[in-house]
Amino acid sequence: MTAGLTGDGSGDGDVRWYDDAAGPVVRPYAMTRGRTRSADGAGLDLIAVVVAEDPAEHPGAAHALADQTLSPEHLDIAELTRDMPRSVAELAAGLDLPVGVVRVLVGDLLDAGLVRVTRPVPPAELPDESILREVIHGLRAL
Amino acid sequence: MRPLRSDRGRTRPATAPVALKLLVAGGFGAGKTTLVGAVSEIRPLRTEELLTEAGRPVDDTSGVEGKRTTTVAMDFGRITLREDLVLYLFGTPGQDRFWFLWDELARGALGAVVLADTRRLQDCFAAVDYFERRGIPFTLAVNCFDGAERYPEEDVRDALDLDPGVPVILCDAREKESVKGVLVSVVEQRFAELAQQAG
Repeated sequence: MTAGLTGDGSGDGDVRWYDDAAGPVVRPYAMTRGRTRSADGAGLDLIAVVVAEDPAEHPGAAHALADQTLSPEHLDIAELTRDMPRSVAELAAGLDLPVGVVRVLVGDLLDAGLVRVTRPVPPAELPDESILREVIHGLRAL
Repeated sequence: MRPLRSDRGRTRPATAPVALKLLVAGGFGAGKTTLVGAVSEIRPLRTEELLTEAGRPVDDTSGVEGKRTTTVAMDFGRITLREDLVLYLFGTPGQDRFWFLWDELARGALGAVVLADTRRLQDCFAAVDYFERRGIPFTLAVNCFDGAERYPEEDVRDALDLDPGVPVILCDAREKESVKGVLVSVVEQRFAELAQQAG
């Protein structure tokens, strides 16, 4: 990324950066108010699947929505995962945000009870034979 | 911002699918993203991870004024095998200095494809070594580039000093059928491993 480069007196003073080349206008971690990790989101795997909670069933969630502490990016994630479950990687790619930022934001939403997260199968207990068989069959049938 | 597909009107799924992942490693230009794209139901997406000084074990930049962030890109694709079973394919970052990111990617992975280009076989040494050391099953897929000399499977195996149990498959990373065969061979190794433990 070029955003962090300093162009001062380093010999390339003629270089001008416009639009995308200039990097993001808002530094990514500004969206997380400077936090690079959150208690709940820190360990989220790239393929952890995020699903929106139904606000009607979670009074806390309605409260969080009402008090407007959530950023537009929080709301984007809540909205997207209401349509269908999405992995952390897909959210990051779709919203064009670094994975680390998405982890923090999802952590906030978890805290607020707005989403739940299905963590992938832990490495110590890999999927059982029946799932692997399904994967092999599914791949062959593609 | 790239547009996201919105699926309004769909009935809301009650449960999230089981998500699994496979890694696709190999040197720069070996065809990792091409391979992912050949089988993915979505155009390969790119996620980025920002690294700050604290996360960078190698490059030493002296002086706070030179502080920079580095972006590492990982391309990935998705295959929905069943409504409740999704397989993600992650291309690993090519540069050696981002090895520490691999640990996170490798955590919980079913296995890996190491994609080799016979013109630059040495580019995949590090990946082979990584998966061997961690006991992660992998298939060595030789991407048969147009114009590149074809070598017998045994020569590739010898050159990389692969375990006899590691499958070596000649493939075309652009061809869906070819890539399917490679992916199946990876999952079959994991399956055999489980069956062995059970027996």
